[in-house]
This record gives sequence, C-alpha cells and structure tokens, in this order.
Amino acid sequence: MDLPLHVLIISSLIKILFAVALLLIGVMAMILAERKVSGWIQDRHGPNRVGPWGLLQPLADGIKFLMKEDLIPTHVDRAIYVIAPAIILVPALVTCAVVPFGSSITIAGHEIPLQISDINIGILYILAITSLGVYGVVLGAWASNNKYSFLGGLRSTAQMISYELPLGLSIIGVLMLSGSLSLRQIAIQQGQGPQPWNWNIFIHFPAFLIFTTSAFAETNRLPFDLAEAEQELIGGYHTEYSSMKFAMYFMAEYMHMIVGSAVAVTLFLGGWHFFGLEKVGGPFWSGLISFGIFFLKTALFLFGFIWVRWTLPRFRYDQLMNLGWKLLLPVALTTIVVTATVWAFTQSTVLVGVLNVVAAFIVGGVLATALVMRREPEPVDDRGVLSFMEESSSYKEEKHGN
Amino acid sequence: MEFGLKQLVFYVFALLTVGSAVIVVTIRNIVYAAFSLMMTLFSVAGLYVFLQADFLAATQVVVYVGGILVLILFGVMMTSGRLDMKLKMERGQLFWGGLVSLLIFILLLSVITNTPQWKNVDEGASLEPTTHQIGEMIMRQEFLLPFEVTSILLLVALIGAALISRKEVREE
Repeated sequence: MDLPLHVLIISSLIKILFAVALLLIGVMAMILAERKVSGWIQDRHGPNRVGPWGLLQPLADGIKFLMKEDLIPTHVDRAIYVIAPAIILVPALVTCAVVPFGSSITIAGHEIPLQISDINIGILYILAITSLGVYGVVLGAWASNNKYSFLGGLRSTAQMISYELPLGLSIIGVLMLSGSLSLRQIAIQQGQGPQPWNWNIFIHFPAFLIFTTSAFAETNRLPFDLAEAEQELIGGYHTEYSSMKFAMYFMAEYMHMIVGSAVAVTLFLGGWHFFGLEKVGGPFWSGLISFGIFFLKTALFLFGFIWVRWTLPRFRYDQLMNLGWKLLLPVALTTIVVTATVWAFTQSTVLVGVLNVVAAFIVGGVLATALVMRREPEPVDDRGVLSFMEESSSYKEEKHGN
Repeated sequence: MEFGLKQLVFYVFALLTVGSAVIVVTIRNIVYAAFSLMMTLFSVAGLYVFLQADFLAATQVVVYVGGILVLILFGVMMTSGRLDMKLKMERGQLFWGGLVSLLIFILLLSVITNTPQWKNVDEGASLEPTTHQIGEMIMRQEFLLPFEVTSILLLVALIGAALISRKEVREE
C-alpha cells in the first residue's frame, strides 16, 4: 500500500460506503428475488402489484416494518432483548471488509485495490467474525423468555457449532495450495494458469460442496432452517420480535447469505477472473469489469441459495446432526489428508483435483451407506392408526385370510 | 512518553478488558456474566491486534469467543434457562481470592520486568504477517514435537469425552 495517506483515507471511506450500500441494496434485491423465484418455481407470478414487475415490493416491505408498532413484551429481559438484533447485524456488516470485490481501479494515477482492507489473515478473520453470529441468535432467544424462541436458539447454537467445523476444514485444502490466508492472494492465484481449470472449485471440488452445504447451515437456510422452522416452532428464535427488530434478524440472514456467497466466489469460483475478460480495457475499465464479473458470479451463487430453498424439504434434526458430524466432517478431513499428501509428493494440481474427488467419493459413499443401512432403533409403540388396525380383530382376520 | 492515538487505543481496550472482567465476577445474572466474558475475550483479541499479533488475535476470537464461550452459554441455557435465576455471591472468599489474585499479579509483573529480551523491543518494527513464521516454527522447526504432543493430548481428551458421553447399551 504505497498510496498517499489522504488518498488512502478517502478511498477507504468511499469503499466502505459502497460496500455497505451494496449490501443493503443486495438485501432488498434478494427479498424481491426470493419471492419472484419462489413464484416461478411454484408456477405463479410472485409480487406484481407494487410498482412495475413488483420492483417496489422490498421498499413497501421496509416501510411496513418501520411503521409497525415496536412491541417489547413485558416478560423479556429488556437490555439483551434490545441489543440482540444489533449483535446479529455486526458480523454480517464487518465480514465484507476483507472480501475483494474486484482487482484494482486506477483513478488520477492512484491504483486503488477494490477491497476495503487486505489483511493477511483474511480467511481466519472471516471464520472468527462469522462465529459471532450465533450470539445474536442465542441472546435473542434467551432474552425472549419464550419456549419456542428458546428451542430455536438451542437448535441454532448446536447447528452453527456443528457446521463451523466442516466449514473451517473445507477451506484448509485451499489454504495449503495457495500458501496464503489473504483472500486477495487466493483470488489472484486462481487467475493464473489455465482458465478455468485453475479455479479452486476444480482442484477442491469436494471441499467446495462441503463449504456450500455448511454455508447453508450457517445461514439457517432451508434445508437446514430448523432454528426457525415455522411449523414446529411458530417462528423460532425471533418469535417475540416485531417491527424493525424482526427486520434486523431478517436482513442479517440475507446479509450472511450475500457475504457467504461472495466468500465462496472468492475462494472457489476464481474471484473476479473470467477467461481474461477482467484484463480487457484500460486500468480504469478493467477494474469496473472485474467488479462486474465478481458481482455476476455472486448473484449466480445467491440464485443457487434461493433455488435450493424452494426445492429441498427440511431435514430432520438427527439427520442434520448425522450429516454434519458423520459425513461432512470425515470427508473434509479426508480431503485435507489427500490434498496434503498428493501436493507434497507430486506438486500437481490436476492430481490433487482428481484424487480429491475419488477419495471423497469413496469415503463419502461408505459413510453414507453406513448411515442409511444402520439399523434404526425399534420405534416405541406410538399407537398410530396402523397399530390400532393391527390389533382390531377384523383387520387381523382379513389379513390372515389372504 | 507522549499520549497519542496509540496510547488512547490501548487504554480503551485495557479498560474494556478489565471493566468487563470485573462485571463477570460481580454480576448476579449468569447470562449477563457470560455476555460480559465475551466482551473481555474480545477486548483481549483487540489487545493482540494492537501488539501486531494478527494470527493470535483471530485465533483468540475463533477459539474462545466463537467456540468455548458459546459452549458455556449453551450449557447455561440448557441447565437453567430461567430469567429469574440469580447467582449466589460468596462474600467470604473476597479476601483469599483477592490475595491469590494479588500474588499472581506480582508474579506476572516480576516476570515482565525481569525478562531481558522484552526490555528492548523495537517499537513498531515488524509489521509483517506472523502467520508464515508461526507455520514455519510449528511445522518445521523447534516446536514440531510439542505441537504434535499437544495434538495427541487433545485427541485423547476427545476420545475420552466421546466415551463418557456415550449412551450405555444394556444387553437384556
């Protein structure tokens, strides 16, 4: 960073404003996109009353949230109840500081990197800050003093702790090959060599799948949204929240998704690189183009988030835990061992990529089979319709008669 | 020593650390105490950043704030979960506890003042990242053996915990 101090300060401020504004607008766009895409998937129109093509719907939603009465129930722990929605917004807003959203842009002779801060421990920083996200949920759930909130909070805590492990472990293979914790370095390295085969998604495909799955769990998205399963918990940890406080939980979820997608794009999908398109144009335009590429990739990833939500049903709680601890974690460990061994002996990314998939397939296949084939514990007699029918004599006779 | 921005940042973090730590041991509401402990651990991470130990700071947050404290909070919520549960404060331990703390403080102070290589630390000399050095030290050089021994210790603890928490299957 050999920028003059005043340029550094001004450019940083502009970048911070830009990133936060983009995040907020992104949340609005995501709310509309979620409803539109769910409409298409369910063969209906989605919002189309407010503005052309429903474009003003997020605005209407926001105004509705602001105008609603801000209820604070009497039985809550006031201090923590008020502070919890703010706590959950912090990690989402702070993590975007280290995500590189483009190469660099040259304005008035100064080359300004399109990233708020390129710190050396970028990935660790993100892991550290995202682990704080659970506090907003837990404290909000506890302060609500409500059984449903409480259950949602407990589920969420267990889920987030469980899926942080595969999330962190899936990144280690990437770090081993890049030799850097800086997100910018990781993105730059994917831009070198043959495109797109040097993107980490091809070298670490199992790790990418594990990362994506864990990201779904960490953001409490379907199919892992047990913490806020409406049918089971009324609302989950935010049952007692209304008005703008609920909106903050709501926004935080989308912000987590956006930042998570941006990190996934940086780590696995080549960041702002796309077949050399990012180098087209002068030092000014190439910066804008690289940002555009990054933006589109992130948007595509976010579409995947929505697509999965409206396609897959919710997991059962024991299935969620089994998937995390008995499948994702061992496979993540396998990919680490395979990546380390192959890289130490051959230094070939092609071999690493191929053997990673083979090893993950074998280990994952064996574990998944073991999970499925495992003898389920005998169910307690639940006095359901069938057992009742079994006992009634007429049914028995009919059955024996055949 | 002039009182600049650096000193201000340091004292803010120091005050946050000590203040929230005092709240942890005095407050009667257990969840408030846990929340306050989070502030303490976080401010310590801030102090690490101030000392340019970037890796240590991030690890502090990952391990203590994101891991251990969440588990503590989880345990608290699982066991009590009531808003009106108050901790019982034992005033009798104030003297002995204070004495032990004072002795530990004197011990640490004497270690700090008597360690020769800490006296001539070049202020603001090394701004380079510490991750590379730490990696070299742990995986290649003199700390390889302690690192591996610690990992085995942790593995043993993990297996032990899994064994203890297993449900006993009785043959009937």
